[in-house]
Amino acid sequence: MSSSCSSFKQNAAVAIHDPKLQGALGKLGDGLQARRAAAVGQLPEFDALRNDAQRIKRQVMADLDCYLEQFESKVLEQGGQVHWASTADDARNAVLDICQKVGAKTVTKGKSMVTEELELNNFLADNGIEPVETDLGEYILQLRKEAPSHIVVPAVHLQQDDIAKTFVKSHAQLDPSRDLTEPERLVGEAREALRERFFAADVGITGANYMVAETGSTVIVTNEGNGDLTQTLPKVHVVVTTIERVIPTLEDLSTFLRLLPRSATGQEATAYVTLSSGPKREDDWHGPQEFHVVILDGGRSELLGSENQDVLNCIRCGACMNHCPVYGAVGGHAYGWVYPGPIGSALTPALIGVEKSSALPNASTFCGRCVEVCPVKIPLTDIMRRWRVEEQTKKLTSPFQRAGLSAWAWLATRPGLYQALTGLTAWGMKVVGRRRGGLTRLPFASGWTQYRNFPTPEGKTFHAQMKQKAKTKANLGVRYE
Amino acid sequence: MTETTSSIQVALYVTCLVDVMRPSVGFAAIKLLQNAGCDVIVPKQQTCCGQPGYNSGDEVAAKALAQQVIETFESYDYVVAPSGSCAGMIKDHYPKLFSKDAEWHSRALALAKNTHELTSFLVDELGVQTLDAHFEGSVCYHDSCAGLRELNVKAQPRQLLSSVKGLSLQEMKGEEECCGFGGLFCVKYSDISNTMVSRKLDNIERSGADTLLAGDLGCLLNMAGKMTREGSTVKARHVAEVLAGMTDLPAIGEGEG
Repeated sequence: MSSSCSSFKQNAAVAIHDPKLQGALGKLGDGLQARRAAAVGQLPEFDALRNDAQRIKRQVMADLDCYLEQFESKVLEQGGQVHWASTADDARNAVLDICQKVGAKTVTKGKSMVTEELELNNFLADNGIEPVETDLGEYILQLRKEAPSHIVVPAVHLQQDDIAKTFVKSHAQLDPSRDLTEPERLVGEAREALRERFFAADVGITGANYMVAETGSTVIVTNEGNGDLTQTLPKVHVVVTTIERVIPTLEDLSTFLRLLPRSATGQEATAYVTLSSGPKREDDWHGPQEFHVVILDGGRSELLGSENQDVLNCIRCGACMNHCPVYGAVGGHAYGWVYPGPIGSALTPALIGVEKSSALPNASTFCGRCVEVCPVKIPLTDIMRRWRVEEQTKKLTSPFQRAGLSAWAWLATRPGLYQALTGLTAWGMKVVGRRRGGLTRLPFASGWTQYRNFPTPEGKTFHAQMKQKAKTKANLGVRYE
Repeated sequence: MTETTSSIQVALYVTCLVDVMRPSVGFAAIKLLQNAGCDVIVPKQQTCCGQPGYNSGDEVAAKALAQQVIETFESYDYVVAPSGSCAGMIKDHYPKLFSKDAEWHSRALALAKNTHELTSFLVDELGVQTLDAHFEGSVCYHDSCAGLRELNVKAQPRQLLSSVKGLSLQEMKGEEECCGFGGLFCVKYSDISNTMVSRKLDNIERSGADTLLAGDLGCLLNMAGKMTREGSTVKARHVAEVLAGMTDLPAIGEGEG
């Protein structure tokens, strides 16, 4: 997917001044955050589960090749096929090849962020195959020609009336004055529109929350049931996923199934957990005749063995973005690539290069809420900080910032000079701002004073006062040494 | 309590912001530590902990300052800072900063072990339960991110505040949400920072409290600056000022008329 990460600041400025978007984002706190808190509060062993999950993921990454080979051999054993794709191009071509071999005209799709990474919909359409998104949120976005702004609730940036307008425009055969004020009506209308598409599809494409190595199963964790229709009705099921989604056993799956829904939506369990293990067998009632798993690397293997490897442990629950105050201020589109929020800021530089995404790891106060809620304890802020180090090393940061930081360190390692200068600064600011208590303009810090006053210092610095007290022996019983 | 025979030796890391902007917080910290029986030392050679460089990816600058802090403070029993952010830098981040340098790593770890944020030091290390202080008013308390998430500072300031006579604590909604300061973040991403501090201000105002307290001056300068710009009547103070009964000076960002 092409990126607009380098325009993050401009994207953010637009988002901040979009009242509809702000209204939608304002619901995160009482919605997804509160629901997660309630679900986690009811599970005393939640933190222990997070430790287990982190341990399992680290174990997987240490022997990733072995688990992937085990998965592949199980899939083959069960009559399925595995397609390895080192780049997005490879993955797109693998999917197209499968579709063309069965003469596919339309494909239905379950929710999949990896196919966003591949820009698969455009690619298929360019090759004469019509993709149909079947997840409600994704369906709405496809009608609006928009990208998801969240990895779990893709249309979280929209309000209900936005969706009603989209349906009136897109479902042109229906009475334009129909009542779409109730969410149930919107859902019902989408269901009607999608029903025929499910039956007509030649190929169904889904993602995978997990690949289970010991059984060769792919797993989707969903609420709408569209994923099941997508993967059981057409004659071909294609799973598009990435190398790091493999886990060793079904036992491990149970750990993740307890963490994922609670972290994502505050549910104890989702409505559906669907395991796919190969194509339809002789005595199966339903199922596809062909089962393919396309496994993308897409730059992920470069992270193995690096300090940032833990970013591969992500289980795509979205809790980090639900709790991120920056995401909450600007929404997902501002980030400019597939994965928004803290996980995006940690992962995107690895996948598309820090040169193209340098704004992302910087757009954080390091408040640490993302780390606090991450179900696999990814040290997201440490990883973002390491990207900042790389930017600094590659001189991608502004020369002004680099010079400023060096000058600050030079000065602050000379305490005598430092204290003389800070003493003067404090005194100067005090003289200017004494009466009002704050400065409304500051050189080099217009970003601060554009929105807030800069409080005036008290006057004499702490060290200046300590020195004076030491001289007059009114030293408060403190050793100033 | 200035004449103490106690052997609890505490070096005060005053922090660069308190030094320049609000020295009273440093004197409040001294008073609180002395009242708790500590022998307080203020090392002269202290400046900045290196966090601006560290968080901006300049590890050369960060290491130079971290080494200075380690050298200046490692000989004392305890190091205490009236800031969760700077204490967190020393306690949580210095060891990471020197993870590839065995000698400095062990020195950083030793210092980290002895370093504490002020209110958590008083409660967790010294067992202080109550203080003899008076403050007439209702306050809300902002949990600064580094103190909260790196050092588990949450109950300790509230425990101490509950003993202050005349004070009532009225929690705001979203008290654990970042105020949007984030060091250089607030200047580099001023639009986003402003959105965050505006939401914070809404929550502060809605709490009904007349004073906002926090344990970190960075956050306080950000929130006080926003409150004065927007004409809010809520005053901002560092928690140490209230705990030490040193609230005569104007609130942060408040003029002298």
